[in-house]
Amino acid sequence: MTEFLQHLVNGLSVGTIYALIALGYTMVYGVLKLINFAHGDVYMVGAFAGFYLSHALGVEQDPTIPKAFVVFVGSMIICGLLGVAIERFAYRPLRQRPRLTSLITAIGVSFLLEYGFQLPSFGLTRQPFPPGPTPRFFPQPFERVAWDLGGVAFSNLDVVSLAVAFGFMLLLQLVVYRTRFGTAMRAVSFDPQIAGLMGVNVNRVIAGTFVLGSVLAAVAGLLVAGSRPSIEPLMGLMHGLKAFVAAVFGGIGNVPGAMVGGLVLGLAEEYVAGYLLSSYRDAIAFAILIAMLLVRPEGLFGRARAEKV
Amino acid sequence: MHHARPLALAALFAVAGCEKKPAEQPRAAAAAAEAGGKILIGHVASMTGPQATFGDSTDKAIRLALDEQNKKGGVKGRELVLKTLDDQGKPEEASVATTRLVSQDKVTVLLGEVASSRSLAMAPIADLNRVPMITPSSTNPRVTKDDAGKTRPYVFRVCFIDPFQGTVMAKYARENLKVTKVAILRDVANDYSVGLADFFAAKFQELGGKIVTDQSYQDKDKDFKAQLTALKSKAPEAIYVPGYYGAVALIARQARELGMKQPLLGGDGWDSGQLFEVAKGALDGGAFSNHYTHENPAPIIQDFVRRYKERFGAVPDSLAAQGYDAALVAIDAMQRARDLSGPAIREQLEQTRGFQGVTGLITIDADHNAVKPAVVLAIEKNQAKYATTINP
Repeated sequence: MTEFLQHLVNGLSVGTIYALIALGYTMVYGVLKLINFAHGDVYMVGAFAGFYLSHALGVEQDPTIPKAFVVFVGSMIICGLLGVAIERFAYRPLRQRPRLTSLITAIGVSFLLEYGFQLPSFGLTRQPFPPGPTPRFFPQPFERVAWDLGGVAFSNLDVVSLAVAFGFMLLLQLVVYRTRFGTAMRAVSFDPQIAGLMGVNVNRVIAGTFVLGSVLAAVAGLLVAGSRPSIEPLMGLMHGLKAFVAAVFGGIGNVPGAMVGGLVLGLAEEYVAGYLLSSYRDAIAFAILIAMLLVRPEGLFGRARAEKV
Repeated sequence: MHHARPLALAALFAVAGCEKKPAEQPRAAAAAAEAGGKILIGHVASMTGPQATFGDSTDKAIRLALDEQNKKGGVKGRELVLKTLDDQGKPEEASVATTRLVSQDKVTVLLGEVASSRSLAMAPIADLNRVPMITPSSTNPRVTKDDAGKTRPYVFRVCFIDPFQGTVMAKYARENLKVTKVAILRDVANDYSVGLADFFAAKFQELGGKIVTDQSYQDKDKDFKAQLTALKSKAPEAIYVPGYYGAVALIARQARELGMKQPLLGGDGWDSGQLFEVAKGALDGGAFSNHYTHENPAPIIQDFVRRYKERFGAVPDSLAAQGYDAALVAIDAMQRARDLSGPAIREQLEQTRGFQGVTGLITIDADHNAVKPAVVLAIEKNQAKYATTINP
């Protein structure tokens, strides 16, 4: 029983990461009908932004809560700006083109980030930038406190991750359904042209969507790096794909769906690796996706929309 | 479509370039070497990537060995020049780099790789082109064997092999730590790790121990808690993790986070300063098998440690010592060879008997492996300390 509960804790801790990244996929898809494959790499940039900020502040020598806060907010701002830049320069010029064009561009942006970060360092900074393909040690943002509850080990990092993920999901739900910006977002999602005619600033709404998604990716990147302190430029590849699976599983375009999808995927992987064979972990993740798409092509929470012919 | 024609032309040239018969190349290489004044040594290494410290230490030590030889007048009166290509820790890049060194640069001798999976990618190319290759630290037995199980004529190593290394840790666990129940956590995608785990399990059971569970992970994973939780429930007395330092450090941290206090045991893939930088004390109480220790007071080792420190400002790890020895063995064979063609050097490499290297006396056996003792390093206070030597 303890083993089962321990797997539950572990699975939730991985699942929240998937969920946070999946939220970004889902929002951009909801508004633009674009799968932003560069999103997993924004998550990687988030972790590295935290890495450089931590070193600039000297977090490793003396971790304090205010410093952790600065690192968090700083990385979120950097990723938010990156999200806007990607949208402005890579996607906006292609918005009127066939959707496939944007999809290919998304893959291009993803490669640009992954391999750009693997270039040899320019040598201008004390911590090498770009970092190159060698994994870097991420200094702990705050003191880790471990608890043991009847043989089940968990830490404040796990609790913070879960709380942050749920907090952001509620916040998003609030933004989407309770604010003027959210109303505009939903209008653009429904029909960008008509929304534009009604006086909605479509460009600003779309840029705002990218900011929200990228900020969440930064949070996910920091939470991962805080508990698994080895980061490298390709870390977003697999996590990005898994989060995409989670988003599709929950019904892409649906906020609670992304959250549930992430948690289900994290738990499924954990139990497969714990009780069956860990080599099947990734296979299971994608098998779940295929099975889901066969039974419910629109995903768990997705609504089937009749295509207008 | 403006670029279609130049592209097609480039493709044609590329194909034409590949069609050159490989058998002609060693002769061409020897001729080139004799004409030019310098001897080119090729090194394929993971200078960047998840095992960057492996390539870095090895390359530094090789450089040291070649420079020292050049000061003594080089080989046959000619200067030795090193050309290192980075493979980023990927087998496919290692084979590209090897092909480049062999066919474009026409190197006389190839050194590398540290990781067995990458040496396995290099070996057939070296063999086909008849360029002698010496791997400093690849311990998987298959590196010097072809698919039919025959010894590859041009591939050598200056380190012991995994059947021995696995045995060493099995003996240490059984006789020094006196444990009977051990769990194995292996990197399934890594030839080195799988081989070591198998040999360890066989020997440990032979000595009366029990393998309570055998789990697997992949080096690129970041989260190992699922497997560790499964291990924990089997209550092993020690865990054998024959992986590379990057993953091992994270595994150790996560094991402690789950409240597991068992010692972790491993192989020479642990040997890196980064292991301790990430583990931060999580590995205390553990131990790993290795090729040498810089704490050994023997004058030859202390002299090497001093020279390496003077030049690079760091204590040489065992991969550095192995790289140094690989270069020395290559130099020794080149000096004895009648000319600098692949077959001539190969013949002399096979004759290497009792050569004094930093990591001990090196004798190349019929399977092109070196027969040497291994040391076990125990980890205390986030540092590796010499524990014992185990002879073959």
